[in-house]
Amino acid sequence: MKPEDMQEFEINQLLEAIYFRYGYDFRDYSKASLERRVLHRVQQSDLGSISEMLPRIMHDTEFFELFLRDMSVTVTEMFRDPKVFKKLRKEVFTQLKTYSRVNIWHAGCATGEEVYSMAIMLKEEGLLDRTRIYATDYNNHSLDIAEKGIYPAEKMKGYTESYITAGGKASFADYYLAKFGSAKMVESLKEHITFANHNLMKDQPFAEMHLIVCRNVLIYFNPKLQDRVLTLFKDSLISRGFLLLGDKETLDFSQVKPSFETFSKEERIFRRMMYV
Amino acid sequence: MFEAIVIGVSAGGLKALTAILPVLPSDFPLAVIVVQHRHRDSDNFLDRYLDDLSSVRVKEAEPGEVILPSYVYIAPAGYHLLIERDKTLSLSIDPPVNFSIPSIDVLFESAAACYKNHLIGLILTGANSDGSQGLKLVKDYGGYAIVQAPETAEVDVMPKAAIDLVDVDKVIPLQELGVFLAQEKFSSNVEMSRRVLNE
Repeated sequence: MKPEDMQEFEINQLLEAIYFRYGYDFRDYSKASLERRVLHRVQQSDLGSISEMLPRIMHDTEFFELFLRDMSVTVTEMFRDPKVFKKLRKEVFTQLKTYSRVNIWHAGCATGEEVYSMAIMLKEEGLLDRTRIYATDYNNHSLDIAEKGIYPAEKMKGYTESYITAGGKASFADYYLAKFGSAKMVESLKEHITFANHNLMKDQPFAEMHLIVCRNVLIYFNPKLQDRVLTLFKDSLISRGFLLLGDKETLDFSQVKPSFETFSKEERIFRRMMYV
Repeated sequence: MFEAIVIGVSAGGLKALTAILPVLPSDFPLAVIVVQHRHRDSDNFLDRYLDDLSSVRVKEAEPGEVILPSYVYIAPAGYHLLIERDKTLSLSIDPPVNFSIPSIDVLFESAAACYKNHLIGLILTGANSDGSQGLKLVKDYGGYAIVQAPETAEVDVMPKAAIDLVDVDKVIPLQELGVFLAQEKFSSNVEMSRRVLNE
């Protein structure tokens, strides 16, 4: 047997071990991306194989923290796909304005860029004061960064362009304080955001959400876990609540499909039907 | 027998793909999975254009999609395209690899792990070396490696890098690539069959 033929077995064994030892269940992740990340960690740590990493994962909790961090690295940015934010602002917010209190859940918020983007738009539309944004991720390291709201200043130029394309009404520079090469998001945005640890793999629904944002998280899950998560969203949304997914994600293969109508196909916005 | 071809292409890709895909017959017995480097905000012009010209069906790769023969799947702009071991497609927004998303290496590595010696890897024109490592892995898993002849490439950096790093099976001029892949519907290609039997 060639070493590469053992890899599938090694990965599965590693995921079983992690579940047994720490309760994190990566067994229903899409394996190809996960395998790439695992191999990257093996290489970075000068280990010869996935099997060699297994004892470190099992016995060295600091190493496991490092591993966990690797597993949740995604590339996020402010106003990613500006046209999606524009659509939200023009069409979804109009609906949200009919409620006296609005709850929004960013599931898998990573380092928080999209959460602040959302808060900025809500503010400009006069909705932020009545809104509570729950921003969750299973990775505490990412949540720390999100909560601090400090990002590299050199990224602000690109974000400013996206902000304008997304229909920004003011000056983007009003929303952060630039200092020593970093940009810190202003407190008036933060006070409406609650950051919390929540694990889509195993935790419970949030109640009474008007809008759930979960972009480019489901692409990392297999169909079984996707269904679990989408059911969680279905149960967390109010009747006629909105769900925003990533621009390649769909409900087409999910059992919750009958519970949603398509609000905007292009922007991947779906709407919870009345108690189906 | 061979089940799939992975193609990696960068600068000059439209012309190269236009020279290859339309030559494949509608009942081409392999699946074709393509990473073409392009700007993140690109629309799906490429998929539609190639689909109009080709007998095989050309479409954008969707997450969870089952890979079928006679189909050409193109990585969407701004996402890595990977192949799961159950022969379905998946996407990721992991950091760029070789400054590229989608990255050819990412597709080839996952394809090699899935198809092993039933895979053909093909590197075409391009201005960087993405894909070389992936093509090497295709070979390591017993697959078949083809590179476009550099002198027929609009930009020869990528094919040259692949030839330098990998012990490739065939270097073929662009004009002959489509016919080569389509010959005898490929699955009965004698040289290939012998190679696979010897594995």
